[in-house]
Amino acid sequence: MIFNIPFIAVAALVLIGLYAVILKPNLIKIVIGITLIESGVNLFLITLAFRQDSIAPIYHGAGSRLMSLPVPHALTLTSIVIGVAVLALMLSLVIHIYRHYGTLDARKIRRLKE
Amino acid sequence: MSTRDVVAVIFLSIVAVFLVFGALMMHPFGEPENPEMDQYIIDNTQGETGADNSVTSVVFDYRGFDTLGEATVLFTAVAGVILIFRRLKK
Amino acid sequence: MSGMSKIVKTISSIAFPLVTIYGLYIIAHGHLTPGGGFQGGAIVASGCAMILVAYGSVWTMGKIKEKHLSVLESLGAIGFISLALLGLVFGVVFFKNFLMGNEYFFGEIGEGLANINTAGVLPLMNFAVGLKVSVGLFAIVLVMAYATRLKEEK
Repeated sequence: MIFNIPFIAVAALVLIGLYAVILKPNLIKIVIGITLIESGVNLFLITLAFRQDSIAPIYHGAGSRLMSLPVPHALTLTSIVIGVAVLALMLSLVIHIYRHYGTLDARKIRRLKE
Repeated sequence: MSTRDVVAVIFLSIVAVFLVFGALMMHPFGEPENPEMDQYIIDNTQGETGADNSVTSVVFDYRGFDTLGEATVLFTAVAGVILIFRRLKK
Repeated sequence: MSGMSKIVKTISSIAFPLVTIYGLYIIAHGHLTPGGGFQGGAIVASGCAMILVAYGSVWTMGKIKEKHLSVLESLGAIGFISLALLGLVFGVVFFKNFLMGNEYFFGEIGEGLANINTAGVLPLMNFAVGLKVSVGLFAIVLVMAYATRLKEEK
């Protein structure tokens, strides 16, 4: 059980991010919580790719040693770029909301029409 | 504490129980379950693709369709950000 | 945002070519060492963001309009798609590596280990994706910095 520490770290990251999304009223803190959940999922993907006593899957200067699995590394690259794109759109929407309402409190901007 | 906060704390504790239980029941760290597809990719990268880097050959050659989707998402994000901050000249 | 002092401007304009060459090296060697199009594009974009922070957003927007940046990004996307569709023309499969193993396009330039045509169509795809990612990320940062400037600087 002591050897499953990376999986417990993934659970801790997702829980802290979920706590920030649900229980905090500031908009910037909600955005930070979504980014923390994203980081936890990326860590989980590269934890699945490890073999005991292995090196990176690149052939330059490697004899015939054991190599890690390359497919989860490729999926993590795609996930990181998509996280950056979603973060950029969320932050520009927060700036637009602040210009229109004048406040960053999520409990005061619940009106759907003026 | 309002009733919304109490419901949120109960929901978070249920999710925490499920996540920690799932983390303890995973396979041991360092012994993946079915590595046959990745073993085929590691053995045949230099012959079929000619590249030394297995991760690049997976991203651009074996699973190039995912890279096409990711390029589309990045293009949509840049278009959306420029659209939000545009001022129309009167 | 306004620019910073003269020391910061000098040091960042010395460091900017070094960061750009390092990012282009990581894009170009994507099929031999760890790296590739996405990682090298992020490095070039952060070098350009350093120039933006040092010189101020008003000066940078006066030099580079965002119309030219979006034209460059579209060129990168068109290059990537056309390389995938050419695999459909010369093979029978979408995304086929059609430059791998045959020499009727460029001949044998260099022999043995100095062969230029290694890994087929992979380095060309790396260049297209690297151009697209670097210009796209710099356009996002530039537009957000220019739209939130304070009103006393014009």
